[in-house]
Amino acid sequence: MDQAALLLINFNATSLYDEIILNLKKHFNLNSKTIIPNIDLSKYYSEERDQYYSTKFIEFALSNFSSFKKILMITDFDLYVPVLTFVFGEAQLNGKAAIVSAHRLYPEFYGLPPNEDLFLSRLIKEINHELGHTYGLRHCLNFECVMHSSSNVDEIDIKSETFCKKCLEKISPFL
Amino acid sequence: MNNSEVKILIVDDEQIVRDSLTHWFEEDGYQVSSAADAFDVLKDLQPGKYDIMLVDIKMPKMSGLELLEKVKEIDPDCIVIIITAYASVPSAVQALKNGAFDYVTKPIDPDELSHLIKNAIKQKALKKENIALKTSIDEMFSFEGLIGESSEMKKVFDLIKIVAPQDTTVMIRGESGTGKELIARAIHMNSPRKYYPIIPVNCGAFTETLLESELFGHEKGAFTGAQYRRKGKIEMANGGTLFLDEVGSISPKMQVELLRVLESKQFTRVGGTEVVKVDFRLISATNENLEKLVEEGKFREDLYYRLNVFTIYVPPLRERRGDIPILANYFVQKFARQMNKPILKISDEAMEILLNHSWPGNVRELENAIERAMVVGKPPEIKPSDLPFHLEKVNSFESDSLEEVEKNHIQRVLRKYDWNITKAASALNIDRVTLYNKIKKYGLQKN
Repeated sequence: MDQAALLLINFNATSLYDEIILNLKKHFNLNSKTIIPNIDLSKYYSEERDQYYSTKFIEFALSNFSSFKKILMITDFDLYVPVLTFVFGEAQLNGKAAIVSAHRLYPEFYGLPPNEDLFLSRLIKEINHELGHTYGLRHCLNFECVMHSSSNVDEIDIKSETFCKKCLEKISPFL
Repeated sequence: MNNSEVKILIVDDEQIVRDSLTHWFEEDGYQVSSAADAFDVLKDLQPGKYDIMLVDIKMPKMSGLELLEKVKEIDPDCIVIIITAYASVPSAVQALKNGAFDYVTKPIDPDELSHLIKNAIKQKALKKENIALKTSIDEMFSFEGLIGESSEMKKVFDLIKIVAPQDTTVMIRGESGTGKELIARAIHMNSPRKYYPIIPVNCGAFTETLLESELFGHEKGAFTGAQYRRKGKIEMANGGTLFLDEVGSISPKMQVELLRVLESKQFTRVGGTEVVKVDFRLISATNENLEKLVEEGKFREDLYYRLNVFTIYVPPLRERRGDIPILANYFVQKFARQMNKPILKISDEAMEILLNHSWPGNVRELENAIERAMVVGKPPEIKPSDLPFHLEKVNSFESDSLEEVEKNHIQRVLRKYDWNITKAASALNIDRVTLYNKIKKYGLQKN
């Protein structure tokens, strides 16, 4: 079984670690090594936007953890790329590294009461989506497939945690 | 359109913007490329090279607005979305006026970008579909049903081609059943008004009051039974073509009304006061001698000149006998399709009868004769007995003059052997030189 680096960057939902690790095994056949990296966050932070630049985290992961088959970063920080107001995550298409922001997945972000199940479900979907990109998958038109594009949280809630038949066929040789 | 078919170009001087947008669109499976400045785009831009362009409004050398103008000159169908900062919103509005599809402000909300691109693709797909449909309409209807290879019909086709693109009023003259409505439709379908309706009105089929209501429509309660407001044919033809058949049968009162509409392009519905403005092309048709009617005071001279701007004469079938086999076979195929029957061959004997009939009812009569033959005929061919009984006897060239009989007989035999001189001479039991002399003497011509 291949090994993935699971980098937790200021991710505070500690009670969900096991679920995340289990998910990586279940969907990607990956063993994961949990790492809390020593990282100078000021390099990634934009004062003007009060957000963190996701592409720079990808660069950081690639230069420090390239020996792993896959590198998954999870953070509570709000992420951005310069041209967009925010991103839920970013991944290297057909590459190694992916990052997911939990910031906008918490119901509290939208002024709603906490809901751990809903949050976990969203987080798993985003992890699977971004990791799916690292296996070469593009956005899928099937709105139930986890690879369906989602630019707001409602769209994340609509899709399932799993890959559709077509997407699964594409990634299964690599798992 | 599949995402993989959509070609997107990002034009921005900031590499970071180009890279992040490229990455974003690649995840959606689009074909993405980028350019750092406008000159890079324009150097090899061709129509259809890109479907969608995202252009930053503020760039060195040439601004996004200038690029937009140049792109629209080269490829008007390319969808351009302007990317702007908050400060330059007025310029973005200017961009919309110059033909940009929309604008987004930096940083872009992913949800907004996603919707914008989806809408742009939808518009592009609709445009493509629209062009395809228009092309298929053009192919389907350009000269539908107008069949003929004779020089007489070729002249008619030439006239249609000349007059169709203009907005000229056309009058079609010809005997009943010669296909005047088909010609009107061909003119309409080859005119700029083709995507609007052609509305035919058979003026001879209505009484004066009914025709008035038919043409102008009526308001609710205009007369007994007028329970609803109804649009007239003139109103329905707005933007398109109004085809008035049997225009010679219009009553004097209606002639005045019609003249008024043609002059002012406006009218009021029967029983109403609201003035309705209309824009239509008029094509009329008649089989009557309008000049004689004008002389007799039965048809208004001013209306006659209004209608008779460009005239097309449709020759009767007996004057273009060469078209009979083509028309007959066309109708055989048409009815075979309609009746779901095999296509029957027309036997030589049956064709000879068709060729020699005088066809007072013209193409319509021929069509009816073939329809009947297709109903009663059995494979493999249509026999003389399948034709309507009045056709069975070859009768149209009977004459007391020996020369006339000889001329008609030679013509018939030549047609039968498709102007093969050797075969025709052999059938006539004369030599080829004699046949040539007879052809010259009687001035016979193929078609």
